[in-house]
Amino acid sequence: MTDTVPRTGRPALARFVKTRYDKARERQVLLGPETVVTLNPTGADILALCDGQRTVGDIVDELGRRYDRVVDDEVIAFLERLASRRWVVITDE
Amino acid sequence: MSEQVLDGPLGVLAELTHACPLSCSYCSNPLELTKRSAELSTDEWRRVLDEAAVLGVLQSHFSGGEPLLRRDLVDLVGHASGLGMYTNLVTSAIGLSRPRAEALRDAGLDHVQVSIQADEPVLSDRLAGISSFEKKIEAARLVKELGWPLTLNVVLHRQNIDRIAAILDWVEELEADRVELANTQYYGWALRNREALLPSREQLEHAETVSRAARERLRGRTDVIYVIPDYYSRYPKPCMGGWGSRQLVVGPEGNAWPCLSAHELPLPRANVREHDLPWIWRSSPLFSAFRGTDWMPDPCRSCDRREVDLGGCRCQAFQLTGDMNRTDPVCVLSPDRYLVDEAVAAANDPAAAPAAGSTREPVLVPMPEVAVRPHRAD
Ligand code: SF4
Ligand code: SF4
Repeated sequence: MTDTVPRTGRPALARFVKTRYDKARERQVLLGPETVVTLNPTGADILALCDGQRTVGDIVDELGRRYDRVVDDEVIAFLERLASRRWVVITDE
Repeated sequence: MSEQVLDGPLGVLAELTHACPLSCSYCSNPLELTKRSAELSTDEWRRVLDEAAVLGVLQSHFSGGEPLLRRDLVDLVGHASGLGMYTNLVTSAIGLSRPRAEALRDAGLDHVQVSIQADEPVLSDRLAGISSFEKKIEAARLVKELGWPLTLNVVLHRQNIDRIAAILDWVEELEADRVELANTQYYGWALRNREALLPSREQLEHAETVSRAARERLRGRTDVIYVIPDYYSRYPKPCMGGWGSRQLVVGPEGNAWPCLSAHELPLPRANVREHDLPWIWRSSPLFSAFRGTDWMPDPCRSCDRREVDLGGCRCQAFQLTGDMNRTDPVCVLSPDRYLVDEAVAAANDPAAAPAAGSTREPVLVPMPEVAVRPHRAD
């Protein structure tokens, strides 16, 4: 199986997308050239940690502590979806 | 993550000017063009952007005509960016000098979309009405060099569709992040030139095969988006997520529209000089005209697909039948489908207008002179 989201990978938002808080609709959104994606609170938290420094493992640990539950699958599935649209870039050397 | 529908408009398309150095025969500009002296001022545009932000708009697309002809473009991009909007420039790239591009980048411009007409100078320049090909390629390179993602827009039609493989080679060479290969929509000028522009079925099949192969080959590098002409579909395209539901357009003179082509419809105007954008969006007769499904005639009214395609395009219905309330004639269930079938039959008739490269020159009526044509080569 090809591992698109390795635990050692460092995810970052792609250059051409940005996130912001949408006041009118009271949600965090991800904006791209042809897209507006509304983020649920977990998604917004994951993306806020995608700084190109933290590894996927770090993010899983951090959110696991914050929410006090296991979030591995959630984080990986979310990043996989965003990486497949190239909204998130994961570097792993 | 979800892509659920949000309330209120998500994007505003700011058509800053109708002036353009090109004169494409498939241009979607209205037949009657706004003079430069009648264009909204910088302050008026700023106010429009402020009001759009209040309505919840998250993306602003700056287009035209050629938006680079507006001297305050950098200002306006900076303003939209300051409002937290995702900013996109839709340009022919003529006039995108390095200093201008750098200023736009510093103002916060997020994305650039460059339109190209063909893969080589002779055809490209004939379609665009002026010599522009080299400048476009240069500008596309500049966009990449300055670190923007590059989207290339190619409007496909009978004259260039057979060159799609070579066009895609340029896409690869320029390392574009996205390419939109969209078949011409037949409104405005394109409708007047339809006979010369509508491709044959054979041409379309070839284009589809080539673009499908390119999508595979470029996966992970370039997103290849291919849009078929709706004349060859069974059902119409849904209207931009619904009339007055996701997007709004503001024209050079301040007229607001639910879509790019709606200026052709016999509906009362709504102008940002007379009303604020929230009123126009929520209460104007223009934006309410075709919201939802209540306006629909049969066969749409009782059709299962009425929430899917919303009865198709109002502009197409009006242009082809003279009645904007009718079902889009593209729909196979429409009593007017014969109008589309006739055009398709003509396009597939061996005696029809020949494709580019043939000895018989096709008849293309270029856009008339607009206003400033600073780069006119002849
Ligand atoms: S009315 Fe037609 S042209 Fe206008 S947005 Fe809808 S589909 Fe597009
Ligand atoms: S009849 Fe109307 S709603 Fe039904 S498919 Fe045709 S255009 Fe769409």
